Amino acid sequence: MGIHVEGVTKRFGSFTALNEVSLDVQQGSLTALLGPSGSGKSTLLRVIAGLERPDAGRVTISGEDATGVAPRKRGVGFVFQHYAAFKHMTVRGNIAFGLKIRKRPRAEVRARVDELLALVQLQPFADRYPSQLSGGQRQRMALARALAVEPKVLLLDEPFGALDTRVRGELREWLHRLHDEVRVTTVFVTHDQEEAMALADQIAVLHDGRIEQVGSPRDLYDQPQTPFVMSFVGAAAQLGERWVRQHDLDLRLEPTAGALEARVERIARLGFEARVELQLAGSGTVWAQMTCAELNRLELERGDTVWVLADRARVFAESS
Amino acid sequence: MSPFSGLTLGVVVTYLSLIVALPLAALVWQSTKSGDTGFWQSLTSPEAVSALKLTLLASLAVALVNAIAGTVIAWVLVRDEFPGKGVVNALIDLPFALPTIVAGLTMLALYGPRSPLGIDVAYTRTAIVLALLFVTLPFVVRTVQPVLQELDRELEEAAESLGASDWQTFWHIVFPNLLPGILSGVALAFAKAVGEFGSVVIITGNIPFKTEVSSVYIFGQIESGNTSGAAAASVVLLAISFGVLLLIGAFRRWATRHHA
Ligand SMILES: Nc1ncnc2c1ncn2[C@@H]1O[C@H](COP(=O)(O)OP(=O)(O)O)[C@@H](O)[C@H]1O
Ligand SMILES: [Mg+2]
Repeated sequence: MGIHVEGVTKRFGSFTALNEVSLDVQQGSLTALLGPSGSGKSTLLRVIAGLERPDAGRVTISGEDATGVAPRKRGVGFVFQHYAAFKHMTVRGNIAFGLKIRKRPRAEVRARVDELLALVQLQPFADRYPSQLSGGQRQRMALARALAVEPKVLLLDEPFGALDTRVRGELREWLHRLHDEVRVTTVFVTHDQEEAMALADQIAVLHDGRIEQVGSPRDLYDQPQTPFVMSFVGAAAQLGERWVRQHDLDLRLEPTAGALEARVERIARLGFEARVELQLAGSGTVWAQMTCAELNRLELERGDTVWVLADRARVFAESS
Repeated sequence: MSPFSGLTLGVVVTYLSLIVALPLAALVWQSTKSGDTGFWQSLTSPEAVSALKLTLLASLAVALVNAIAGTVIAWVLVRDEFPGKGVVNALIDLPFALPTIVAGLTMLALYGPRSPLGIDVAYTRTAIVLALLFVTLPFVVRTVQPVLQELDRELEEAAESLGASDWQTFWHIVFPNLLPGILSGVALAFAKAVGEFGSVVIITGNIPFKTEVSSVYIFGQIESGNTSGAAAASVVLLAISFGVLLLIGAFRRWATRHHA
């Protein structure tokens, strides 16, 4: 059940946007597709929705092969980054669209739309047009519109990407509660690792059209399989062959066995947390992350020499 | 309002007065020269009324055909890929580049008594509509094309994922977005058709009560020295056209009332 993607390849001309991607999404889960811009997240989401036709591979939704099925028959709700609001219809008209297309009785449409307006807290705005709404309200309208037809899966492409930080945070919390309430299988795309970690049960990390790793937020952070995952999910520093979390860099003021000598280049205090840029004696620079309290204790100054211990560093196999 | 926009407004008003309002006022003044009775006589003569009716009906028909054909052509030019698309796209504007009298001659050669296609519609009302369709082709195409190019494809994808068929998506989502452009093009095509002279004068034969349109009737009045009668007929033609354009404009504003 849920969504099953198997060996999906998608090319645009000679460019391969998705390269043999496979992914399982559990029924009722909240899954994030995480990756940098251009990694193929939207393409994968659009392949699941049927908006792109894969060159190879299969998509199964709720146990049924959907590979050749038209988007309108897949039972997916799709929410676009820029809302795709029908601007000539009211909020009510937008939400009712899918039900009207299905020729549901008027009374039923009305009742269902009222229910959804309450769910997304847009009752006072029911008769407004999208141009009279804020970005966050438009996005909630788009969400209600997608949910109206009771989709088997809900797909969201960077749903909060066009919103300012504060509204983003609110909507994120709200989506989490909504998912707890509605329990529809949900896949959302984001390039923001914090957003993925905060919301998702499962994260799939995409990189250059491939899935690098799939796992829970905790797995990805504690057991990254590739340097890419390690550095994308939480900040990481590279010391030759070794990779280490920036907050696992241990700075000593005295020479220490197994430690690298480094010079403090720059100190940035960010409130609770502080970053220290280090020029390694060998070569290269790394950032170390610590609390400001820690930084105060060390009494570091620009130009100081320190010794860097990286006991919890990882070494990845050559293949990646 | 910035001081600059005040200045701009002044320039625009002066410009429009010189180019549009003044000639129209002169026309109205000219039309009243023969006194009230002369004015009414030139308006209510059966020949004038018949020509006016024909002109308006033919123009409305042409505007309607353009609404549909122009939209379809714009759709194909924007959404479909085919060899020679660039050439076809450039062809659309040619009816504008051709002197309309040449267009009339060409139509006569093509659809006249010696038609290579075996279609002889010369001196019939069909010929009027054909000639008008030719000279008004670009309007709707060129007003709809940019709107279609700018239309966010995600709107259609959203409709599709919500269960709409291609036709439902077009009718409920695309068409309402195109409507203002279609209406602008229709208004232009209608206005052009009402005043068109060159392309119809040859192919219609100008048979009074049958194929004589207002512009040709007016030309005949000028030829026979009745300038104020010609002016009077023109004023009525203009007044009715203006009324139709106002209506289309009002409908267009209504259709775009919620667009951001
Ligand atoms: N319709 C398309 N035509 C050509 N290239 C495309 C198309 N859609 C996406 N791409 C390319 O595929 C790659 C992945 O795109 P996308 O899935 O949108 O990435 P993401 O959502 O992760 O930023 C990008 O390099 C993009 O330029
Ligand atoms: Mg994207």
